[in-house]
Amino acid sequence: MSQTQTVREDGTIASVSGPVVTARDLDARMNDVVYVGKNGLMGEVIEIEEDITTLQVYEETSGVSPGGPVENTGEPLSVDLGPGLLDTIYDGVQRPLDVLEDKMESPYLRRGVDAPGIELDKTWGFEPEVEAGDEVGRGDVVGIVEETVTIDHKVMVPPNALGEGETAEVVSVDSGEFTVEETVAELDNGVEIQMRQEWPVREPRPTVEKKTPTTPLVSGQRILDGLFPIAKGGTAAIPGPFGSGKTVTQHQLAKYADADIIIYVGCGERGNEMTEVIDDFPELEDPSTGNPLMARTSLIANTSNMPVAARESCVYTGITIAEFYRDMGYDVALMADSTSRWAEAMREISSRLEEMPGEEGYPAYLAARLAQFYERAGYFENVNGTEGSVSAIGAVSPPGGDFSEPVTQNTLRIVKTFWALDADLAERRHFPSINWNESYSLYKDQLDPWFQDAVADDWPDRRQWAVDVLDEEAELQEIVQLVGKDALPEDQQLTLEVARYLREAYLQQNAFHPVDTYCPPEKTYLMLTTIQTFNDEAFDALEAGVPVDEIIDTEALPRINRIGVQDDYEAYVDELQSDIESQIRSLY
Amino acid sequence: MSKQYQTITEISGPLVFAEVDEDIGYDEIVKIHTQQGETLRGQVLESSEGIVAIQVFEGTSGIDQKASIEFEGKTMKMDLTEDLLGRVLDGSGRPIDGGPDIVPDTKENIVGAAINPYSREYPEEFIETGVSVIDGMNTLVRGQKLPIFSSSGQPHSELAMQIARQASVPEEEADGEGEGSEFAVIFGAMGITAEEANEFMEDFERTGALERSVVFMNLADDPAVERMVTPRMVLTTAEYLAFEKDYHVLVILTDMTNYCEALREIGAAREEVPGRRGYPGYMYTDLAQLYERAGRIQGREGSVTQIPILTMPGDDDTHPIPDLTGYITEGQIYVDPDLNSQGLEPPVNVLPSLSRLMDDGIGEGLTREDHADVSDQMYAAYAEGEDLRDLVNIVGREALSERDNKYLDFADRFEQEFVDQGFDTDRALVETLSIGWDLLSMLPKEELNRIDEEFIEEYYREDGSEETEAEATAD
Ligand SMILES: Nc1ncnc2c1ncn2[C@@H]1O[C@H](COP(=O)(O)OP(=O)(O)OP(=O)(O)O)[C@@H](O)[C@H]1O
Ligand SMILES: [Mg+2]
Repeated sequence: MSQTQTVREDGTIASVSGPVVTARDLDARMNDVVYVGKNGLMGEVIEIEEDITTLQVYEETSGVSPGGPVENTGEPLSVDLGPGLLDTIYDGVQRPLDVLEDKMESPYLRRGVDAPGIELDKTWGFEPEVEAGDEVGRGDVVGIVEETVTIDHKVMVPPNALGEGETAEVVSVDSGEFTVEETVAELDNGVEIQMRQEWPVREPRPTVEKKTPTTPLVSGQRILDGLFPIAKGGTAAIPGPFGSGKTVTQHQLAKYADADIIIYVGCGERGNEMTEVIDDFPELEDPSTGNPLMARTSLIANTSNMPVAARESCVYTGITIAEFYRDMGYDVALMADSTSRWAEAMREISSRLEEMPGEEGYPAYLAARLAQFYERAGYFENVNGTEGSVSAIGAVSPPGGDFSEPVTQNTLRIVKTFWALDADLAERRHFPSINWNESYSLYKDQLDPWFQDAVADDWPDRRQWAVDVLDEEAELQEIVQLVGKDALPEDQQLTLEVARYLREAYLQQNAFHPVDTYCPPEKTYLMLTTIQTFNDEAFDALEAGVPVDEIIDTEALPRINRIGVQDDYEAYVDELQSDIESQIRSLY
Repeated sequence: MSKQYQTITEISGPLVFAEVDEDIGYDEIVKIHTQQGETLRGQVLESSEGIVAIQVFEGTSGIDQKASIEFEGKTMKMDLTEDLLGRVLDGSGRPIDGGPDIVPDTKENIVGAAINPYSREYPEEFIETGVSVIDGMNTLVRGQKLPIFSSSGQPHSELAMQIARQASVPEEEADGEGEGSEFAVIFGAMGITAEEANEFMEDFERTGALERSVVFMNLADDPAVERMVTPRMVLTTAEYLAFEKDYHVLVILTDMTNYCEALREIGAAREEVPGRRGYPGYMYTDLAQLYERAGRIQGREGSVTQIPILTMPGDDDTHPIPDLTGYITEGQIYVDPDLNSQGLEPPVNVLPSLSRLMDDGIGEGLTREDHADVSDQMYAAYAEGEDLRDLVNIVGREALSERDNKYLDFADRFEQEFVDQGFDTDRALVETLSIGWDLLSMLPKEELNRIDEEFIEEYYREDGSEETEAEATAD
């Protein structure tokens, strides 16, 4: 958090009710950061009415009493941006949790301790990218710092240092070791550039324009890449009841998505899930670079038992950091688990403010806030002329698993990819339990050229074939429920068998299997081809008069279910396809 | 400091509003002296200049506008000492066993601070409960929060007691090193009947578990608002024993439904805008502040494992109480009335049950290398058998294929042999897995697509299907 304190007129506490505190005679603007009470708990101005200012407090308010002081910093809630954001875990207001542990000398979060978002005394090796005499505009890169083994951090002219189209001349720039607060370059208009910038979290960082994304965010998850792909710069929602696989899916994306930077926001969820990430990520390899995953990751953890106001702000903290790396020209993927908890935090604060409740008690501005958040995702031309993207993937936790509730519905109006989780599939341990009949991706068509180019020309046709078989299966299953499978004509029985392999081999993917957990698009494609080979051979045999039971019993077929766990899948698939062919053909 | 006020302006449900002329802290504790000479305790729910709202733990009956209010200038604390082990306390932490006063070693705020996620240690130590449906398919680990979802009249208490009894065997005992137990059970009763409470107490006494237990009793006829503090006292004690005194603490909280009802009552009295089905909108956050107090902490020996029990109103798991619980806890165990009426002990339906921490707590070096695969395959097979049961009612067994019939048999034997072990049987994990392989060997090898071929090689019983037939004819 920002430490600058342009102190304005202080006030006194008038009332305390949970995270909502009112102050009298405070000279403040909306969203100013304040310090409340004797302990100096951090809070934010959320309403001003005559001489009463309402604050949401980011720390536990037990024992805070009326009459106590309220001090205004005069600055809106901002994040510190600069090298050191990666490989770090923050709370919802960007306090590094490791620093807090140190300062508090306790595994418990105590109150009234502040810490800057990035280390202030650490030095970084700065390599200039410009020379004295060069003209630079806003957002332009003046130098590079190796932030982690994976990421070169671009030190940029802050977007608010110059106007749109305005340039200034570099008068001095030095290479060497600097702290984030030391000046590394100076412009002729007097602007001094440091590695550290601040940005108010509730305000999007400027861009030139939003463009249509055409590159997929490859996730290594078959059902996502194969059937419902998301674009780099796209938006997706994962709604589902408890235990259906939202968090596992988000973790899989954080591990395997081919983004440059991952921002993972644990918003109002479990402490242990964040611990799991902290434990696992340093040991896992980034599939694109082979470096430790943490080298491209920043974590924001505001767990369910941490103060609710900081939960409200944590998604903003996350997306602002994401935009900062986008400005450097990177592809950033942000996961928010769960946006429902964020919405509930809004609801809780709103009800303490006694605002007029909308649907199910959520504030009337719920839809607008959700839309503003997802609007900050996209594939952009940045102010410095580079291109970068922010993909936003939000988990949604609908009460009772009922998708008709306001958070799910308002989210679906905005996002373009919908991965619907299904309790029934989860119960039978079909994972990922993404319902293939309900889910969709509106990016499919615009991403096809990429897959055709990178994997195979018939990628879209194969996908369509799989979708058709699964659709047909859904219809046939209704009949089977009434009369049993054996009452169906033979060709339909065969379709059911093909669909079974699609479900069990292709759509299912075990996140906990060392090989199956990540499936490159080439393997996804080969798997589908193999099942289609079976399909085509089987229908030929059926036409030639071979009984369906004999076809189904073909010895090689169960091996289809093992493709997922094969490391050396190409050889395996080759052999399997030719075995399927020859064995089925030998039946007639 | 403590000045007394006779300034009550309003009494509404469990709440009292009073005028004050000093600054009272939010959450501070309060004593209310009634004219009858009774002293009730409460807590500040909202504090404004000149007026406070107080929630009274014992309920407001007996309070009138002449009652006097005393502010103590501090938030609620629990007296903590290792000597709490073996004691029985009421729902606000006062001894009711006739024993000596509690001499505290230290005092802690009962609200509890959140554990820094960075300081947590990921739970992955298997707890052998001796219950097959849990060990085999919904493994519990130290530091997990795994609730039992039940409904009224079901034997959830029996299951909880079985777990507490069988899981609490101290490790040292097995080695013959009698260093004494490092295991403690903390039992928090909230609004349960005296009869249910007695069952627990008798079980504790019978097995000698009482001496390493702390019991908190808020019974059905005790004040409902007191239920707001009971679980917080329980968990404060648990954290102390686990993280200061190195115990592995198992916390049983029953019945969370009664806790949530109390929460709703207070919300209604404050005239808050209610959320789903009248429960407060902040119930998720409130429950999380209890459940998240389970866990392990880096550099500390002990652990807090929670088994909260809740009875689902109308046996409906979309009701806000089970729903919000499921969203916070690390899985859930379903007690199923149908299985109960079939006489299964424990009547656990594994299909909707889940342990989310299982994956990291089992496998090679932890339990056994085939554990995860066996569990997955049994889930899939039982789910398939269950589906077919509906169909068989319509078309009859003859209309089903041989494959389908095998799955039907699997589902039946799974319930009889794997699930129905009895509340007094303590099954070792190897035995559980061995029964699992017995059952899986009924199915053709090719059907076992969730299991690594290597394990099929090692554990699959080639004579599996014949054995079934032989048994079937013998019956
Ligand atoms: N792809 C997968 N492979 C294997 N197991 C999975 C997969 N996805 C989910 N699971 C299983 O399902 C469990 C629950 O998943 P997860 O924790 O992601 O649910 P969730 O939807 O986030 O629930 P909640 O809303 O309560 O947080 C996991 O612990 C794991 O056992
Ligand atoms: Mg989750």
